[in-house]
Amino acid sequence: MSVLKLAWKNIVSNPLNLILSIILFGLGIGLISFLMLLNTQLSENFEKNLADIDLVIGAKGSPLQMILCSMYHIDNPTGNITVDEAKAFLNSGHPLLEISVPLSLGDSYKRHRIVGTNDGILELYNAQLDQGKIWAQDLDVTIGAGVARSTGLKIGDSFKSSHGFDDDADLAHDHSAFNVVGILKPSGSVVDQLILTNPSTVWAVHDHAAEDHAGHDHVHHTPPVRSNEELLQHPDKDITSLLIKYKDKTNYRTLSLPRAINEHTDMQAASPPYEINKLYSLIGVGTDAIRWLAILIAFVSAISIFISLYKSMKERKYELSLIRVMGGSRAILFMLIVIEGIILSFIGFVVGMIISHGGMEIMSKFLQASYRYDFTGWRVISGDAWLFVGSIALGIVAALIPAYQASYTDIHKALSEKN
Amino acid sequence: MINTQNLSFQYDNEELMSFPDVNCDAGEMMLVLGQSGVGKTTLLHLLSGIIRAKGGSVSIAGQNLSELSDKKLDHFRGQYIGVIFQKFHFIKSLNVLENLTIAQKLAGKQIDKNRCKELLENLQIGHKINSKINELSQGEIQRVAIARALVNNPAVILADEPTSALDDSNCQAVLDLLSTQAKQSGAALVIVTHDTRLKDMIDNKITIS
Repeated sequence: MSVLKLAWKNIVSNPLNLILSIILFGLGIGLISFLMLLNTQLSENFEKNLADIDLVIGAKGSPLQMILCSMYHIDNPTGNITVDEAKAFLNSGHPLLEISVPLSLGDSYKRHRIVGTNDGILELYNAQLDQGKIWAQDLDVTIGAGVARSTGLKIGDSFKSSHGFDDDADLAHDHSAFNVVGILKPSGSVVDQLILTNPSTVWAVHDHAAEDHAGHDHVHHTPPVRSNEELLQHPDKDITSLLIKYKDKTNYRTLSLPRAINEHTDMQAASPPYEINKLYSLIGVGTDAIRWLAILIAFVSAISIFISLYKSMKERKYELSLIRVMGGSRAILFMLIVIEGIILSFIGFVVGMIISHGGMEIMSKFLQASYRYDFTGWRVISGDAWLFVGSIALGIVAALIPAYQASYTDIHKALSEKN
Repeated sequence: MINTQNLSFQYDNEELMSFPDVNCDAGEMMLVLGQSGVGKTTLLHLLSGIIRAKGGSVSIAGQNLSELSDKKLDHFRGQYIGVIFQKFHFIKSLNVLENLTIAQKLAGKQIDKNRCKELLENLQIGHKINSKINELSQGEIQRVAIARALVNNPAVILADEPTSALDDSNCQAVLDLLSTQAKQSGAALVIVTHDTRLKDMIDNKITIS
């Protein structure tokens, strides 16, 4: 019968008294931990998807929207640009550009965006083929690992797309079925959530739909467009944006390129790190507010642990005196109450971890749909270790006053009280 | 085994209380009689070192209690003194056996479950060993209190009003039980009570007034 065991027995023999403070404590810890978990995974998501992309070029509009659309695929396009407008940047002879990847957006399947592009995108995001092959013919698609997992699509399957991000049957494009020809390995980037195909597939699907609506019935015979060179053969066609990687980031001509585009063309150029930092500072205000709220909850719950311990210490004055009579010292009484505080805060910490990690796992599906990124609750971050230390420290602090009082209980008085 | 000399105690702003000397040898019994409010509990707490005397001395097994530090006194009490309280205080979250083993542990002795079982069986409550205290009858609780006072083979057993709540036949039975147990373990037994029925049953006695 050690002091630890006695503390434990005291807690489990009267759990109702303590349940409120444990839940409160768990809630505070859970909220803080959840925020840290979300923050870690979100910034990893944003950082991983920066993928060394130095510049995004697209139609004029909000630069942040263009970045969120073209790099994170969580917003709609600012509009389209024609191949002709972008031809300088599609030319492989451009002296400043190492990689230039066109994106043609428009359709989606089960909330996964269909992207008309070329295999430069695989290079940008370091994506590798897992099974099958890279898309070649129109209507061939290679899908990301996350798409394969969530839709169950396999090589040889075919599916029909819908317009935009809506999963509305009325907006489904009737006549074009896509064929899955390949599946990519998980890369941890946004590519996992994308369906990749030729730009000409996107045109075909759209033109077809437009003509259907107009009552025509044409069949397209354009050869598939894969490379940038082939794309340049169609100057009147639209693309949504271009992802650019520079040859040399520090070249002065490179540094002036975005400004030149913004001032002298009908397109806009935006730098991803700059826009994302702007976004961080916007989100930061919200998460800061929630973080302070969580700290407040944790603080209030520490007070509630203090009150529970104090109350139960007062109720057990006889028992505490008895421990002294049986030979226990003041130090043992002090330890007993402190250990009870530690046990309470430890249980609260465990409850908090269940709330945050379980909650994250449950919410991961929704988060995945809106952020195009795999979230998981089954992951321990270094913040959890700090929270553990903080929780235990809070439990000890909350127990100090009751423990001190317990150790200085006047046992003569406690034992002579008549009731 | 337990001897006091000119013991006195004073509460804040109250008159000095003086107590007649207590002298009780191993295996013997002694009665401390007194009406309510004359300081019986105070004397009991003085004898057990729960409070320190204003004057005079308490010596148990040759050790003068006033010579011990607070911490050593706690430890000494656990090892040498078994107290049977009037109100039978126990640790509610523990069962009968655990209430005995914690007494061994707190006194710094080895936990000896066989010793506990033996004691409880001697007191005919062996079958209640795993019961919670609040599941026991009043008589059973009293026996557990006796078992706990004896578990560390103390030199002195101090009993506070062990019989005052009992009818005549039970009063006799409890006294017999206490004296037998004290004799068996060679402890000095000091009974502090206002129960005058005990007056004729014990020769060695003092009265506080």
